[in-house]
Amino acid sequence: MQLRISDRDGIPIYAQLVRQIKLQIASGRLRVGDQLPSVRKLAEQLLVNPNTVARAYRELESEGVVSSRQGAGVFVAEDASPLARREQNRILLDRIDMLLAEARHMKVDVDAVIKLVRQRAETTQESRND
Amino acid sequence: MTDQIVVVQHLSRVFGLRVALADVSLGIGPGLVYGLVGENGAGKTTLIKHLLGLLRAESGSVRVFGADPVADPVAVLGRIGYLSEERDLPDWMRLGELIRYSAAFYPKWDDVFALELLDMFELSVAQKVRTLSRGQRARAALLVAIAHRPDLLLLDEPSSGLDPGARQDILAAIVRTVADEGRTVLFSSHLLHEVQRVADRVAILHRGRLILESSLDELLSRHHLLTIRFPSARPSPPAIEGALSWTGEAAEWACLCNGELEELKRAAELAGAIIVEQRAPTLEEVFLSRTRRSASERGSI
Repeated sequence: MQLRISDRDGIPIYAQLVRQIKLQIASGRLRVGDQLPSVRKLAEQLLVNPNTVARAYRELESEGVVSSRQGAGVFVAEDASPLARREQNRILLDRIDMLLAEARHMKVDVDAVIKLVRQRAETTQESRND
Repeated sequence: MTDQIVVVQHLSRVFGLRVALADVSLGIGPGLVYGLVGENGAGKTTLIKHLLGLLRAESGSVRVFGADPVADPVAVLGRIGYLSEERDLPDWMRLGELIRYSAAFYPKWDDVFALELLDMFELSVAQKVRTLSRGQRARAALLVAIAHRPDLLLLDEPSSGLDPGARQDILAAIVRTVADEGRTVLFSSHLLHEVQRVADRVAILHRGRLILESSLDELLSRHHLLTIRFPSARPSPPAIEGALSWTGEAAEWACLCNGELEELKRAAELAGAIIVEQRAPTLEEVFLSRTRRSASERGSI
């Protein structure tokens, strides 16, 4: 499991871990039943406080995204995907809110924004196919 | 308070006319990484020297593992690993001798672990301390500080002047110390992104005073960086309760503020502004907003 920690803004590291693990589940990089690294191993790999990793795992467990089996470790839970997908939508909605606020400041209406989004998607798709 | 590893109460210290510590009180619980931050001369090293019993508390009290480090150094020093910014080591020794010498001092010295560290740090027993590079010297000093698996690891500016590789080894030692059976780490640093990465709690010392002490998560989530825009230019920022520092000019101003985000947003809107950007500030940004004003009063940066 590859995670990246940013120290360029003040989002607490446990929250960064929670979000990234959910995104990996939503995108299928982590699957139901996959085992997460131990607290100690992930802390040493990322050079972050083990208490922080433990807190992220606790948070994920209380939301039902992972389950811990005594002595065996922490695993991606059975019904993690819909939860993770909800998180994915939440992140997209955040970005859309920001985009719409910017558009409002620039006095660009919603239809024009949607048109731009579609155009953009087509051009990036084309350049990827090249 | 009895299960606290470190308890400092109303500690003050004066050197000549200079106030090095002014009425500092703090407690450090077990299993935590405690980050001590402040400008040069803020009192960090003076505080750490009190914990080691190198300075006697003239006013106030210091307890480490429940004991007074000056009156009872045996109870305290054998359980502390210490790394100073100077990385004092006997220059004439070979690393093998340094390890034997240190082993004799600490009852819980772990020889297997010491050799493991030596190997990990790419050092050898035959090397003389005098011939070590700056990074190697720091690693050798770190080895001495952690090979007896101390209950409390005290690091005073451990990363200052080191390359990224040596800094990583120091961070890894901090992480490993806490991961092992919940030992405790206190470290002072100028590298606030490193503190933000590994600390559970943070204390900001400024001119000998403890101006902020909090869990890191709480500190970060209580501070916000808001960029706001007014319909027209204004000569100065608005008065908003909780604002710690302002930058900007004319119609657009950015504020680092402390408080509930929704209340801060409402206050900005009441002042006639719209919020154009909002994000969580870094520890460094919070630190600067808390210390800068008084720095400019002094006429220095």
